[in-house]
Amino acid sequence: MTASWSTIDCDVHVNVPSMQALLPHLDDHWRDHVVDRGMNSLESMNYPPNAPLTARPDWRGKAGAPADTLEALQSHALDRWSIDVAICNCLYGVQLLYSEDMAAAFAKAVNDFVAKEWLDRDARLRASIVVPMQNTDFAVAEIERCAADRRFVQVLVLAMGEMPLGRRQYWPVYAAAERHGLPLGIHAGSSFRHPVTSLGWPSWYAEDYAAQSQGFQTQVASLVCEGVFVKYPKLKVVLLESGVTWLPAFLWRLSKFWRGVRLEVPWLDRSPADIVRDHVRLTIQPFDAPDDPAEVARLIEHMRSDDMLLFSSDFPHWQFDGDDVFPAGIPQQLHGKIRRDNALATYSRLAAQAA
Amino acid sequence: MAKHVIASVREFPADTRKLVEVKGRQIAVFNIKGEFFALANRCPHQGGSLCEGRLTGLVEASEPGQYRYSRRGEIIRCPWHGWEFDVRTGKSYCDPARIRARQFAVSVAPGATLVEGPYVAETFPVRIEDDYVVVDV
Repeated sequence: MTASWSTIDCDVHVNVPSMQALLPHLDDHWRDHVVDRGMNSLESMNYPPNAPLTARPDWRGKAGAPADTLEALQSHALDRWSIDVAICNCLYGVQLLYSEDMAAAFAKAVNDFVAKEWLDRDARLRASIVVPMQNTDFAVAEIERCAADRRFVQVLVLAMGEMPLGRRQYWPVYAAAERHGLPLGIHAGSSFRHPVTSLGWPSWYAEDYAAQSQGFQTQVASLVCEGVFVKYPKLKVVLLESGVTWLPAFLWRLSKFWRGVRLEVPWLDRSPADIVRDHVRLTIQPFDAPDDPAEVARLIEHMRSDDMLLFSSDFPHWQFDGDDVFPAGIPQQLHGKIRRDNALATYSRLAAQAA
Repeated sequence: MAKHVIASVREFPADTRKLVEVKGRQIAVFNIKGEFFALANRCPHQGGSLCEGRLTGLVEASEPGQYRYSRRGEIIRCPWHGWEFDVRTGKSYCDPARIRARQFAVSVAPGATLVEGPYVAETFPVRIEDDYVVVDV
């Protein structure tokens, strides 16, 4: 079957259209609780509904709500770009909840909703497991519950959560992910426990979204320096909607400082840049590149690896116009790796299904 | 290469270091528990004075949170950016294959042999009854 897969889209979004859609997937206690409390939505402000980024104008539905029907995903993305497999990342407000119990209930509801309303209805679809990182035990339990369904191919967390992701209290999550062959997908977004910049709250959305890459940088540094990849050598991390071009400069910086203070983290027996090239992958939308293809090609060289980039449309977010999913300037000889091979090397469950 | 007498052992006690100049080169000489080592006093990174660095041990780990500390006092850290160099080999920790501090051979020789030459000791008199630190430059 491998030969029949030519394009794997590693980041598409499916939305929960309304709280009503989740109710069938909550148990009786939580269903009544939600209704009685008048909880109408858990939408966060990570993607404000009317922000231009949240959906391309030609992809907004009649009510202006994006990506809440399978037909829209099929016609705008899957069919249009001949996508063979697409990994659905459902961004709902599960990570924002303060109650660990409620977070676990909603994570389960979202995952079951995705399985039933999306995965069951199109064989091309796969999904990431939304986990309640508010409680490590609950996150592990949700991974264990969902992992039996091989259409779940990844664990999904946000770039900006409660603590840096490398901290040891999260390690059982990574042990479970590694055990089940699930990469850790880190998606742009905040649980708003902290301001989205380390300096405090910015005033405007452009600042907020631009700051996401700083969140990703912090997470990459944390995962590397805390030794997560030493402890879990088979774990892969996928940065979703992270932007790409900041990475080489950040790796130069991190590796430079490692040289001076590496004895604080003696479990790192090689440069952080080398560790990141082995374990971290990035989706190509957004790419954050200049228009000049020659400059893009140079930026790709700075990655010093052909294995790190994964094809993604980031549907329905407005990262590009027309059909230009590939930023101009990515060398043609890399397209096959980016479209398919790198994803198969990253997602062991996909590789098994393709074999 | 010539052998240069840089100090008498009596004046160069254990766990001290000396910065000497031989043929116009700055050389950091270390006495570590009675063994002598000499490195060019110029960090290969940006030229910091290794003689002014802090001597530490080798920190290794087989997994996060495990600290294995050995060879105490045999690793010199450049005072400028903290890069570590093995005093015994001059190799850096961060990139041992490519980045190393230049090393010079050091030996201890009795004064009786030194008086005969071909040793160079311009800066102080050599006495037959003492031992001397000799650097090949």
